[in-house]
Amino acid sequence: MEIFALFDCIITPACLISQTAGGLKIGMLLFLVASGLTLVFGVLGVINFAHGALYMLGAYFSWQVMSLTGHFGLAVISGAIGVGIFGLLFERLLINKVYNADLLVQILLCYSVILILDDLVMIIWGDEFLSGIGVPEVFQVPPLFIFDAIIPPFHIAIIVISMIVALLLWIIMTKTKFGKLVRATAVNPRMLEALGVNTNVIKAGVFMLGSFLAGLGGALAASLGSVVSGMGNSIIIESFIVTVIGGMGSISGAFLASIIIGMARSFGAVAMPLFTDGIMFLIMVLVLVMKPEGLMGKKK
Amino acid sequence: MKKINKYSRRKILKTTSAIAAAITINSGFPAILRADNNIKIGVPTILSGRVAQLGISVSNALKMAINNFNNAGGLDGRNIELIIRDSRAKPDEAARVCRNFINSDKVDAIINAEASGASFAVQEVVRESGTLCLHTVSETSRLTADPSIRAWNVFRFSRQGIHDAVGSARYAATVIKEKGLKTWMSVNPDYAYGRDSDDTFFWALEKFAPGFEILGKGWPKIFQPDYTEVITQIAREKPDAIYTSLWGGDLVSFIDQAALYGIFKNTQLFAINLADYTTMSAVKNLPSGLHSATRYVAAWPNTESNRNYDKSYTDLYGDHPTNWSWEASVGIDYLISAIKEIGGTDNKKIAEYIKGKQKESFMGVGEGNTVRIRENDQTIVDYSIGWGTTIPEDPYMNNIQAANWSTIEELEKEWLTDKGWL
Repeated sequence: MEIFALFDCIITPACLISQTAGGLKIGMLLFLVASGLTLVFGVLGVINFAHGALYMLGAYFSWQVMSLTGHFGLAVISGAIGVGIFGLLFERLLINKVYNADLLVQILLCYSVILILDDLVMIIWGDEFLSGIGVPEVFQVPPLFIFDAIIPPFHIAIIVISMIVALLLWIIMTKTKFGKLVRATAVNPRMLEALGVNTNVIKAGVFMLGSFLAGLGGALAASLGSVVSGMGNSIIIESFIVTVIGGMGSISGAFLASIIIGMARSFGAVAMPLFTDGIMFLIMVLVLVMKPEGLMGKKK
Repeated sequence: MKKINKYSRRKILKTTSAIAAAITINSGFPAILRADNNIKIGVPTILSGRVAQLGISVSNALKMAINNFNNAGGLDGRNIELIIRDSRAKPDEAARVCRNFINSDKVDAIINAEASGASFAVQEVVRESGTLCLHTVSETSRLTADPSIRAWNVFRFSRQGIHDAVGSARYAATVIKEKGLKTWMSVNPDYAYGRDSDDTFFWALEKFAPGFEILGKGWPKIFQPDYTEVITQIAREKPDAIYTSLWGGDLVSFIDQAALYGIFKNTQLFAINLADYTTMSAVKNLPSGLHSATRYVAAWPNTESNRNYDKSYTDLYGDHPTNWSWEASVGIDYLISAIKEIGGTDNKKIAEYIKGKQKESFMGVGEGNTVRIRENDQTIVDYSIGWGTTIPEDPYMNNIQAANWSTIEELEKEWLTDKGWL
C-alpha cells in the first residue's frame, strides 16, 4: 500500500486534478450503464443480467453506423436508439414473461440471452475484435494542461454528456407525467391498473429507456476502445456494484455511487495499484453492512 | 372404444432414441461410429468469446496442413481427421474435453491450443494418460521449464516468455543506450502470462542495461475496457519508457486511450504483442516508432518460404496468419513428418522422432533455416524472434533486429538456475 504516494498526489494540484478528472470520466461512463440497470430493477423488479450484453450491442450498432456513414454523432445516437428498440422487443417477447417468476428463472433467461447475443455478434461481425469508432475529429487535438495536469478534451465531453443525461433523467422522472407514472408503477402497479393506466406500456417504456442508456454507454465506450464479443461482462459486474452501493432502484444513488467508484479506482490506482478492484468490493461490503438499502435507497 | 394410450411404446422408443442421438452428437461421435482408419487428432481450443480468433487461426493453420497431407494420399490411404472442440477458455472444460478425446474419441494425438490457464489443466490430463500432446499456444515458460510437470509425451511448439524476455531486453538495451532511457513503467494484464512477462523482461533487462529505475507498475485486469487510472499514472510519472505485454483488443484500447493523453510523444513504448496484423490494423492512427516483437509478420523472417506461407494462408482464408497460426503449423508439420517416418501413430515412436529433431521451417533461424526441439525440455528453439519499430501501413514494421539464440539460451540457463529448475 502506497499511502504516501496517495497523500503526495492529493497535495499536488497536477495529480489531484488529473486523478479527479480520470475518476469522473470512469464514473460517468459507469453511471450511464448502471442507471439503466437500476431503473429497470426499481420499476420492474427484474435483475437484468443481460444489461451488459445490451451495452455490447450499443458498441456494435454504433460501429456499424460509423463504418457506413463516418459520422460520430449519428453513430452514437443510432447505437443507443438501436439498443432501445432491441430492449423494447426483448421486454415484450421475453422479459415480461418472467416478471413474477423465481429469481433463478430470470437469471437463466438473461444468461441465455447473453450467450446468444455473444455468439450472434460474432456471426454477424466476425470473431475478431473491431477497432472502435474513434474520437471525433474535433477532439483529435492535444490534451489540455491545467496546472500541469493532462486532460484530454474528449474526456471532458464524455463527462458533460453523461451529466446532461443524468439531468434529463432526473427531469423525466420528477417533472413529467411519464415519470410520475413510472414512479407509481414502481410503488403499486395494480392500483395504477385499476385507475385505467396501461402499465404494460409503462413497463415497456422503462425497459426501453434502460436499454437506451446501456446502448449509449456502449457506443461511447466504442469510441475509447475496441469492440468485441463479451465486452459486456466486465461492465455488468461494476454496474451491479454501483446499483448495490447506490441503492437498488435509485438513480440519484447510482449517480453518487458511480462517482465514488470512479474516484476509488482513480485514486486507488495511486495508493494500491494491485488492489484497485478490491477497493470497489470493499466499499460495497461496507455499505451493505452499514446501510444495506444503499446510500440513497429506501428502507423497506 | 379402445382407449388409446398417450404414451405408446412406439412413442417412448422414438423419443428416447432421439434424446440418445442428441446426446451422442453433442458429445461427439464416438470413435466406433467413424471411419476407424483415420488418424485422429484432438484439438482443445477457444472458439468463442473475446479470444475466439486464437482457436480460429490455429484451426485454419492445422486444416491447411492436413488438407495437403490428405490430398497427397495421406498415410497409405489413411487420412488425418481433426476433432476441434471449444473449451470456452475454461480450464476445467479444457480438461474435460481432453479426457473425452482420449477416452471416447480414442485420438492418436492431441494438439493443445489453449491459453495458459487451461494448458496446465491439459498438461495434467496428458501426463496421466500418456497421450502424445503438442502445446501450440501457451507462452508461460513454466509449462515446460518446470521439470516437476514435464512428461515424455509432451512437446512445446509455442514460443516462451523467457525467450521473448531475453530477446526483448537485449533489443531494449540498445534503444536505452541510443536514446538515454532511464526510467520505466510497465502495464501488464493481471494473470499468469502478464506477471511472467513482466518478471522475466525486467530480470533480463537488468542483465543488459543495469541501473534503470522502475517508477511504477499497472496491473489492469485482462479484457478491462478502460485504462484511465493506469494512463493517468503514466502521465503523472512521465517515464522514459513503458513495457507492456497487453495483447489483442486490450492493447488496441490501451494505445488508443493513451494517445489521447499524448503519452507517446515523450515516452517510448515497448509492446511485445503489437506486431500482429490484426492488432496493428485495428489501432486508430497507429503511431510510428513504437517498438514491438515480431509475433507474426510476413516480412520476418525475410525469406521466400515465410512469404509463401503467408500467401498460402491468406489466399485460403482472406486473413493473414497470426502468431498462433505459425506455432500450430510448425507443430503439425513435425507430427506429420513423424507419422510418415514411422509409418504409424505409435506415440512412443513419435516422441522419439520429435525429441531433439532439427527441421527446416519457414520460421526457422537455426542453421539452414531450421527450428529444433531441444532434448532436455522438449521445447522449440531457434524460431524467429525479432524486434523493430512500427510504421502505419503494411508491412507495419521496419528496422527489424533479430534476437541472438546463443544469448537467449545462455540467459535462459541462468534464469532456470535462479528458479531452481536446473
